[in-house]
Amino acid sequence: MKEPLRPDFWQRDIVEGRDLRELTTLNLGPTHPATHGIFQNVLTLDGEIILDTEQTIGYIHRAFEKLAERRPFYQIPTITDRMNYCSAPINNIGWHLTMEKLCGIELPKRIEYMRVIVMELARISDHIICNTIIGQDAGATTPFLYVYQWREKIYEIYEEICGARLTTNMGRIGGWERNFSPLVWERIRGIQKDLPAVLKEFEKMLVRNRIFMDRTIGCGPFPADLALAYGFTGPNLRACGVDYDVRVADPYSSYEDFDFIIPIGQSGDTYDRFMVRQQEMWQSLSIIRQAMDKLDAMRDKTTFQADVPEWVLPPKEEVYSAMEPLIWHFKIVMGETAVPVGEVYHCVEGGNGELGFYLVSDGGRTPFRLHLRRPCFIYYQAFPEMIKGGMLSDAILTMSSMNVIAGELDA
Amino acid sequence: MLGFVVRAERDQLVKDRMAAFGDRITGITQEVDLLCVHVKKDALHELLRTLRDELGFQFLTTCCGMHFPNETQEFGMVYHLHNMRAGHRLRIKCRTTADDLEFQTATDLWPAANWMERETWDFFGIKFKGHPNLIRILNMEDFPAFPLRKDYPLEDPTRLDKDDRSFGR
Repeated sequence: MKEPLRPDFWQRDIVEGRDLRELTTLNLGPTHPATHGIFQNVLTLDGEIILDTEQTIGYIHRAFEKLAERRPFYQIPTITDRMNYCSAPINNIGWHLTMEKLCGIELPKRIEYMRVIVMELARISDHIICNTIIGQDAGATTPFLYVYQWREKIYEIYEEICGARLTTNMGRIGGWERNFSPLVWERIRGIQKDLPAVLKEFEKMLVRNRIFMDRTIGCGPFPADLALAYGFTGPNLRACGVDYDVRVADPYSSYEDFDFIIPIGQSGDTYDRFMVRQQEMWQSLSIIRQAMDKLDAMRDKTTFQADVPEWVLPPKEEVYSAMEPLIWHFKIVMGETAVPVGEVYHCVEGGNGELGFYLVSDGGRTPFRLHLRRPCFIYYQAFPEMIKGGMLSDAILTMSSMNVIAGELDA
Repeated sequence: MLGFVVRAERDQLVKDRMAAFGDRITGITQEVDLLCVHVKKDALHELLRTLRDELGFQFLTTCCGMHFPNETQEFGMVYHLHNMRAGHRLRIKCRTTADDLEFQTATDLWPAANWMERETWDFFGIKFKGHPNLIRILNMEDFPAFPLRKDYPLEDPTRLDKDDRSFGR
């Protein structure tokens, strides 16, 4: 264990009232490989010790909140999946759930379980990215190249569901665009069968590895009370020891039907954040297994849309041959579906925290106002506090373990 | 330890405590699934502090600005608070006129409000009294406008196909 620095450690360099320190200013970013995205930190260093940090963000700001005010509700999912692009389906489904809350749409259980499966797959892929990158930044390149393949396999599932891999635009308000093909189920079963062995290997390599433990334990710790004050959510908050998970606190999409635990850490350091994510992957696999069992036990194998013709595009054969489906098709695509006046806040447990949508509708064809609660925009502001008085190399690891996604940070 | 109690009871607790604010609370409404408290601007900070310290809303989920160009109280702030222990969420709304665009900062209650308020300043031009570093955050420093105000055009205003009136609205 490292010895913590005393807050007045630098005063030894004040000799006869003169400051003998030689401070360095270091630009970490905007395009530093360790930031995994474009944002800048201007560090003031005394040797290798960080005294102060000034953050600059906004390099890929695309004004999503303004864009949303000019788009029909049907076109907004494409905005959401460009936020946290490591787990885009969660964002898409979060938006659909927000709209369903506003419009009061009830979904059949089958659709909700399918959504749960996809959201948990997205969580696994998000955590794979973050955890292998922690390994990479600590000097272990193997997991980044080896475990990363499984993210690829998850993207192949997305591809089979919706045709896209990264920015998925998956699902529709009121269900799915089509039923899952047999290949989707086959690939999900493939993940269930093969991923546990890979995760075990990954854990064998890092979890009790002396070098990795020395590197990450005590690196960037954060106490729970400060984490709450700074608006931490998701694995970063749970690593500090607060068992807050939106899936349990405010269950959506039938999460209350599943049996899983919320892993928590203790000191909120890089090792705890790593371990919380690692355990969450096992929990996600368990949720996927439960959902698959529930779906297998269901007689219904075909329902993939709720009964809401004003939101779900009719099949193309009917659009080309019948009047009514053509009218619905036209109304939906032109954003002419009537939406009730009202305000809703809906949140889902995203890959890195509570992803919230505050939607104000005035009954028009676009949102009057859409505010996006992006988890990493809120918790990344605690970064200077977390690395103050620590070493520069710890700052890199702390940053990668916080799972800051530039697309979500800047919206 | 408040424990888990049903939402209606929690809502009632909030309503009872709000009575002490008298006419500085301009209304309490139910919006779909959330209770919303409308408060006058000068009582906002006191209300937030009361909710945090006395009623357990220790978590600031989000805060954001609003712009209603056709109303006299043109600008507003919306706060979402969360009492994690009781699983209870609350919405706070506060409105102001265009010539009095300064709210009391919430950064002394929640450091998380720092960037949220900077974002609000950046996009709506709403100021926060007592904020430690109120500068633009996502847009560039010399950006000439406050882009989330409704009068800031997103697209070419001459395009008729994007006009709501062409759709009978």
